[in-house]
Amino acid sequence: MLSFIIRRLLQSLFVMLAVSLIAFSLFRFVGDPIAQMVGQETSIEDQENIRERLGLNDPMPTQYARFVGNLAKGEFGFSYRTRQPVNELILSRLPATLELGAVSLFISLIVGIPAGIYTALKRGFLSNALLVTTLVGISIPTFVIGIFLIYTFGVALGWLPTFGRGETVQLGWWQTNFLTLSGWKALILPGITLGVYQLTLTMRLVRAEMQEVLKTDYIKFATARGINYRSLYLHHAFRNTLVPVITIIGLQLGGIIAFSIVTESVFQWPGMGLLFLDSIRYVDIPVMSVYLVLIALIFVMINLIVDLAYFAIDPRVRHRGGDD
Amino acid sequence: MSALLSIENLYVNFPTRFGEFVALDGVNLNVAAGEIHGLVGESGAGKSTVGAAVMGLLQSPGYVASGKIVFAGENLVGLNNDAYHRLRGDRISMIFQDPQTSLNPLLTIATQMIETIRQHRHVSASDARNQAIALLAETGINDIEKRIDDYPHQFSGGMRQRVVIGLALCTEPELIIADEPTTALDVSVQKQILKLIRTLCRERNIGIVLITHDIGVINETADRVTVLRSGRVIESGNTKDVLGKPKQTYTKELMAAVPRLDKRLDRFKNIVGEDDKVIDDSWKVPLASASFATQWLLSEKNEGNERNSHPLLTVSNLDVTFNSGQASWFGKNKGFKALSNINIDLMNGEVLGVVGESGSGKSTLAKAIVGLVPLSAGSMEFKGKMLPAGKHRDRHHPSRRVIQMVFQDPYSSLNNRKTVESIIAEPIRFYGLSHDEVEIKKLVASVLELVGMPQRAMLKYPHQFSGGQRQRIAVARALVARPEFLICDEPTSALDVSIQAQILNLLKDLQQTFGLSILFISHNLAVIRQMADRVVVIKNGEVVETSNTEQFFSAPSKTYSQMLLSETPSLVF
Repeated sequence: MLSFIIRRLLQSLFVMLAVSLIAFSLFRFVGDPIAQMVGQETSIEDQENIRERLGLNDPMPTQYARFVGNLAKGEFGFSYRTRQPVNELILSRLPATLELGAVSLFISLIVGIPAGIYTALKRGFLSNALLVTTLVGISIPTFVIGIFLIYTFGVALGWLPTFGRGETVQLGWWQTNFLTLSGWKALILPGITLGVYQLTLTMRLVRAEMQEVLKTDYIKFATARGINYRSLYLHHAFRNTLVPVITIIGLQLGGIIAFSIVTESVFQWPGMGLLFLDSIRYVDIPVMSVYLVLIALIFVMINLIVDLAYFAIDPRVRHRGGDD
Repeated sequence: MSALLSIENLYVNFPTRFGEFVALDGVNLNVAAGEIHGLVGESGAGKSTVGAAVMGLLQSPGYVASGKIVFAGENLVGLNNDAYHRLRGDRISMIFQDPQTSLNPLLTIATQMIETIRQHRHVSASDARNQAIALLAETGINDIEKRIDDYPHQFSGGMRQRVVIGLALCTEPELIIADEPTTALDVSVQKQILKLIRTLCRERNIGIVLITHDIGVINETADRVTVLRSGRVIESGNTKDVLGKPKQTYTKELMAAVPRLDKRLDRFKNIVGEDDKVIDDSWKVPLASASFATQWLLSEKNEGNERNSHPLLTVSNLDVTFNSGQASWFGKNKGFKALSNINIDLMNGEVLGVVGESGSGKSTLAKAIVGLVPLSAGSMEFKGKMLPAGKHRDRHHPSRRVIQMVFQDPYSSLNNRKTVESIIAEPIRFYGLSHDEVEIKKLVASVLELVGMPQRAMLKYPHQFSGGQRQRIAVARALVARPEFLICDEPTSALDVSIQAQILNLLKDLQQTFGLSILFISHNLAVIRQMADRVVVIKNGEVVETSNTEQFFSAPSKTYSQMLLSETPSLVF
């Protein structure tokens, strides 16, 4: 178990190094950084001075080593656009995205799992209705769903705010939506918009896996032993469907956080996605490369958590002791 | 004895697109308490459907069309599912075929036992636990107090089947349906499990319906037997009478098709299928015939194919270790030694039988010879030349053509996306045996006829054929490469006895006509006896004994061989 975790951490380290190399190349080779920092009137000498000061004349490996070193120390440089330190910029936006991601994950699980179990066990009108509705949800692009929700609940009915985070409370550096009513209201529409894809996926995956598990011999045997249906479905069958479902949910969670860009832009949600979008618009390369590294880090961490979840769920993995 | 279970005139139907399929056609069956009633038949006979009907667990959309299932005086047909479900496990229990899959992998043995007991009896968890421990100890699991909190994967196949039996017994049912309870087990384990079932049946006065395709198992275990075919009862009565002096033709033929351990037959009697259609020969390729195939296959025979004392294949000091190269990061991985120090000579034109229990390394040996696994030590010589191992053997190495293989499972060894024609034509094209498309077509048709298939089969896809027919196609595919050496890895173990008999006959014929050398791998000693000239016994990757077949079966020299022989269910009366 311990050796497994250590091995995974080492592998993650390599992944992070590879991503940081890409981020570094982005920083260094997409255009001349100096040309983008300075105005038209800056003299060639001044440009050379800046170049020297920023170490851009050093050999590539030295620059890369410095870049990785700075990343490790949490010094991410300065944004070209706002001249703020990148880490401040990111930290101010991170909570918004994480909270939005958490809410949409919660929505997708709390609806998707029961709906998946239900549609696997029961046929009939409700089951078909769920399958068709979610299919519609997954086929329509996210921004259309967002606009539709804004129109219905924001404009026509006027129940919910259509943009921004509403009132937030500052907990240290973490700015949270969870402590005010208006914050919660602001979370609902973007949360649904972002979660609907994941919801459909979770539901269909749980349904397919559940149907597969119900065909297995151990479920037949448990039925033949007269185990009550409740325990049969929720204890015996559902646990077995979880193993593959967790993998996908984990990967999707990474996806939610990384690709919340569209939703954030539709709802003007001041999260990292919006920040990234603005950075692209102004070619703000330091922010972009840090964003890249950060998203990779989130993916790697989620994968590690998923692997650990296997240990908790599946005794076969546990007893192999990570020998493989 | 009054009947515990009495099935009267039971009809089970499955609605299909083409009308109702009658799975059980007026079945009658009586099982008394304390009796083991064998239910025997080939696949599709409806054996398992009887079991499912009694449990009320017929696969949808099947349903009981008419008839009665009377259990302890109560008719179960038409009982609502809630009432039925209370009966399941409580009074009627079931044992499944494959212990690898019939236990929930994520729950401990204790959890599964205790839940089952408490489902039906009002006892505390700790009482249930003690009951479970006592019962599992009775089924012969050692050290159960420590092991009860283990998970299923930590037990071996035989031990798991004991757990399954423990689970079936833990609520003291009156009737147990055992559906192929030993089919997935090795003979030595099978013997112990059957003995356990018998003991429990006698001691607890439980009625048992033992469903199996293995007549040897019925013969050694059941008190009475019912022979089923296509959903109908063919014959029923005391085991000794039905199997010893069968009255019906089908039973006689079935008995004759079972490979005998005690004597070698030249050919098996073929069972004429009830509904075997007349071979459809309306579609033919011009000039194609079985004799053309024979001629073509014999036309380029190399010198020295007569049986002689010169070995065709010599395997010397062969070792195969898996995962040895890739030491793990923390360096504990020593690898698994699948074969060690194997020495085998295979003479020209000889059939060499390889016997062993599962995990003994039989299939690894076959794979090593065809070059599918790397060797860690030793060498192989084929026709006097070194045979490169594993990936060192070139794709166009001459041995690739002359060594061909027939695999165990005909359902996965043929590509379902290709027609039979392109499956069989592939070796002809690949080895460049013919470049003339007309001739290739003629060859494919001829070879199909040679293996007893209609020529028309070449137009179809593998999924349109039964297991036996697929295995014929697989043999045809191996044959068109003009092999000198055929490796058959359990070629009949996925097939019914009557089909097995046909395939074994086919292999014998081909072996005689073409003087093929065959390495015949099987776990079934009786099949080996029918096929092999010499026998090699493998245990845990090592050769235990090599001797002539007749000598081996009359007087095996090693204890392990004797044990294997004595534990194989036989048909001696």
